[in-house]
Amino acid sequence: MSNVKEILFGPIFNDNPIGLQILGICSALAVTTKMSVALVMCIALTLVTAFSNLFISLIRNRIPSSIRIIVQMTIIASLVIVVDQILGAVAYDISKQLTVFVGLIITNCIVMGRAEAFAMQNPPGLSFLDGIGNGLGYSVVLMTVAAIRELIGSGSLFGFEILPLVTNGGWYSPMGLMLLPPSAFFIIGMLIWALRAWKTEQVEAADYSIGGHTALSRG
Amino acid sequence: MSNSDDTKSFDKDSMKNILVVALSVCFVCAIVVSLAAVSLKPQRMANKELDRNKNILIAAGLYEDGVTTDSEIDGLFENFDIRVVDFEEQRFLTEEEANAAGVDVILYDQRKASKAPSLSKGLSKKEDIASINRRARYSIAYLLHQDSKLDRIVLPIHGYGLWSTLYGFIALKGDGNTVSGITFYEHQETAGLGGEVDNPDWKALWQGKEIYNADHDVVLKVVKGAAIPGAKHQVDGLSGATLTSRGVQNLVTYWLGDNAFGPILKNLEG
Repeated sequence: MSNVKEILFGPIFNDNPIGLQILGICSALAVTTKMSVALVMCIALTLVTAFSNLFISLIRNRIPSSIRIIVQMTIIASLVIVVDQILGAVAYDISKQLTVFVGLIITNCIVMGRAEAFAMQNPPGLSFLDGIGNGLGYSVVLMTVAAIRELIGSGSLFGFEILPLVTNGGWYSPMGLMLLPPSAFFIIGMLIWALRAWKTEQVEAADYSIGGHTALSRG
Repeated sequence: MSNSDDTKSFDKDSMKNILVVALSVCFVCAIVVSLAAVSLKPQRMANKELDRNKNILIAAGLYEDGVTTDSEIDGLFENFDIRVVDFEEQRFLTEEEANAAGVDVILYDQRKASKAPSLSKGLSKKEDIASINRRARYSIAYLLHQDSKLDRIVLPIHGYGLWSTLYGFIALKGDGNTVSGITFYEHQETAGLGGEVDNPDWKALWQGKEIYNADHDVVLKVVKGAAIPGAKHQVDGLSGATLTSRGVQNLVTYWLGDNAFGPILKNLEG
């Protein structure tokens, strides 16, 4: 059973898809200005990853290796369309705010990466849990980034005012940078730094080392 | 890795298996996707209509965010006098005329009509500043009266931005000149840049601006950067979204200009 626990919770800190594998950054930048929007995105991505892993794992022994990527894409794309349709029906406002980013789950490297790296080699149950686990890992980072951005950028969490804004007669004047995409880069960068300072085994070996000054380095 | 032991006679890389897997995956996925699309369509359409009505109320300044509930929207919407505008004859149609023209104020779909040759006309390059190609002959206008005087008039507008056609409403005060609100309910502009046309702060900048000069030409401009403080005919552009800002200006210029609602707004008192 420790295997199951490892698959489900490993991706949260030890093998985080954003923190360690640096996948899925695009949507992490785009949908993290508000926690409510980020939460819906997390749920959508977790469900798509889990179910695409499940279905791909179910037919993994039938999938010809020459067309395996396109088969995976077809299954992932279908799931994403279904999720998009459901969101449009039950959570119209949020689906409008997520705009293209639900559709772009199709190209999210986490989904494809897990299908190719895990679901193609493992039984359906474990693959499903692996999808949930990686979705949780993505969600932890997204929700952390969204919490920081919404609190500092808009003075609220989940739309509830925490820091009273100057415009509403309070004292907090929001930091506009936090609502712009670059701030997510800084926050994700600092999260990865913190994660690797805590779990030093995640630090990658340097690709090169800087040599001393030599006469050859001229020009 | 693969369980090749128990599938000795089965070659998953054979041409036959490739075709079988490809076709059956496509078939199953197509059924799932179309089932979801068809079964959820009524709900999606209802949401869209509610959202459109809500946007009309927002443009008119009747909707308070977080206060007005969805169920109140229909009630508020009933206060509007919904009229049909004929762009060819440049006037409001009476109810009988609208019926004769086959235009139902609730069901009329201007978007569909602007594609049908019998209900629309092609625009020349010079006329078509909003890049909409064809304009429907009829449009709906939402009039709000207070003490039997015209208080607000909400007009549907659309035009091309950077990536997509923006659909929205502009609301004018009873004088047919002062903007009381603008809103877009459908577009696919870049989120965070052109998508900021949805930003309540930006939309609030439009309030109190004036469309026309003394000669009834459209002089309201979306300027690059910040408008001169107090300027009646200037609205700040969206930063990082020059083309979307230009698109918004073009569509406002077109729809409130001489070829669309302009003449009607000029004769509003009558």
